[in-house]
Amino acid sequence: MTSETMSVFSPQLAKRFDALAAKYPVKRSALVPMLLYAQDEVGYLSDAVISEIAERIGITELDVRNVASYYSMLRFKPVGKYNVQVCTNISCMLRGGYDVFEKFQDELGIGHKGTTQDGVFSLEEVECIGACCWAPAIQVNYDFHDELTPESVPDVLARYRTQLQNKEKNA
Amino acid sequence: MPRLVSHPDEVKIVTRRFGQGAANIDKYVELGGYEAAKNCLAQGPDWIINEMKASNLRGRGGAGFPTGMKWSFVPKQSAKPKYVLVNGDESEPGTCKDHLIFLHDPHAVIEGTIIAGLAIGSKLGFIYLRGEYRYLLEIMEKAVADAYAKGFLGKNIFGSDTEFQVITQTGAGAYEVGEESALMESLEGKRGVPRIKPPFPAVVGLYGGPTVINNAETIATVPHVITMGGEAFAAVGTPRNGGTRLFGLSGHVERPGVYELPMGYNLKKMIYEVGGGVRGGRKLKAVVPGGSSTPVLLPEEIENLGMDFDQVGKAGSMLGSGGVVVIDDQTCIVEFALRTISFYQHESCGWCIPCREGTDWLKKSLTRFHAGFGVAKDIDNIQYIADNMMGRTFCPLGDAAAMPTLGFVKKFRKEFEAHLDGKPCPYAKHAELAVV
Repeated sequence: MTSETMSVFSPQLAKRFDALAAKYPVKRSALVPMLLYAQDEVGYLSDAVISEIAERIGITELDVRNVASYYSMLRFKPVGKYNVQVCTNISCMLRGGYDVFEKFQDELGIGHKGTTQDGVFSLEEVECIGACCWAPAIQVNYDFHDELTPESVPDVLARYRTQLQNKEKNA
Repeated sequence: MPRLVSHPDEVKIVTRRFGQGAANIDKYVELGGYEAAKNCLAQGPDWIINEMKASNLRGRGGAGFPTGMKWSFVPKQSAKPKYVLVNGDESEPGTCKDHLIFLHDPHAVIEGTIIAGLAIGSKLGFIYLRGEYRYLLEIMEKAVADAYAKGFLGKNIFGSDTEFQVITQTGAGAYEVGEESALMESLEGKRGVPRIKPPFPAVVGLYGGPTVINNAETIATVPHVITMGGEAFAAVGTPRNGGTRLFGLSGHVERPGVYELPMGYNLKKMIYEVGGGVRGGRKLKAVVPGGSSTPVLLPEEIENLGMDFDQVGKAGSMLGSGGVVVIDDQTCIVEFALRTISFYQHESCGWCIPCREGTDWLKKSLTRFHAGFGVAKDIDNIQYIADNMMGRTFCPLGDAAAMPTLGFVKKFRKEFEAHLDGKPCPYAKHAELAVV
């Protein structure tokens, strides 16, 4: 970056990046984690984020986009504050993963890759998340919720709504 | 927090510290942790590799390659640095064993990595976790930091003049990255597409240096092999299949969970006794024995089937990742086949045409078929497409998609036929699956 003010990274993220870039034998190894950490902070991989990562690593923006487009967790559009990812792969499917997914659709009034109008929730049908023995499982952002039923879906959503209210109160 | 299960038939070697707070380094040391690494430091590389060879430990990622032999392929002298790479990109549907290892015993992974490093003469190891496992990555990062603070990692491990460093790494969502050469690409900051072999990673791997890549379960097993001694570990399993395995029972089973059972444990017993049988007292229709890429088995095929690499191979399937998916008699196999292929279609990296095109056409065919618009020749066509994917790709993803499809068509042809000519699916509620 030519000047501090142009950075889209927070000071913490910039520090994290420097530490990451220094630890590998090759700086570019920091790319995938960096994309994910930047997305965690900014919400998605905006043009500004891609540009800054390219410059910090010393590769082209095209290189960054080429890599970023490969990984399913990386996205180029914003999502809701809580991204509900419902696994419907075989182990979850056999134990009602689709029923859980449908219940989330009904409760939120959105479909696959949709976002609620208030921007609080997004919904996504995802591939195996590695919780097969505790199926059906979902992730809300990075939190796992195991052994769900359609009946437990409203509770999960209520918990995050409360969490958001508390956050806003404290902010 | 994922539920832990237990059964009297379990032989707890790798899981023996689960649920005991061993993510804490002091607790881990109190339970005998890091003694194996210290011993290896004193004994040297040849001794370690001999113990590993004697143990008959075979790769837990799925291929079942003997670990000791893999390590012995790394050249002793190398102009480029050598690396250890731990594959924790666990993403084969039906598999969640590494999840528990990272959660309950992160130091076993670090200790195994150190031992692998000592065996091949490497100074740097990477522990790569799939991106979805963020909370587990944080546990691993804390464990690594604690190991540095104690001097178990760093320039002078355990007060010796030997150096060993560990770096943790996160993925960002990609099944394909679980393939070893794609994993190296990802770690180098690239798209996770596979490399052509040879050269094999033991000779030209990460950053062009000789690299040993092991599954996280394999690595977490290594310290126990050293502690028990290779021969004692081998004695727990069956010939050429040493030790235990973390079997993940999922699907229509009464008590799903990850169980540590000796290699060669009977599959029928695993489902009916360890797992408590088919859920709701229903009848067993089929079993996927080792993760979604392994060909399905029928109830009569599991009667006397011991779960080790050789016996399951002889039965026409694979032990794979140890993810046992139980399917009851109310399940539509066509829908199950479609869900399986949809996953591989989604995850194909597109590098090799037979895989990219094959998975796509299989998904299209099965979607149409399951929706009731299939025609008789589709069945043979599905088989034809799958046959033409086998063995024609850089990495095993093409085979991983084709093999189960061939198994479903071969063993459940009648059920495919029952879907013909607009007949509604006799089982499924979801005639048309949401497109992932």
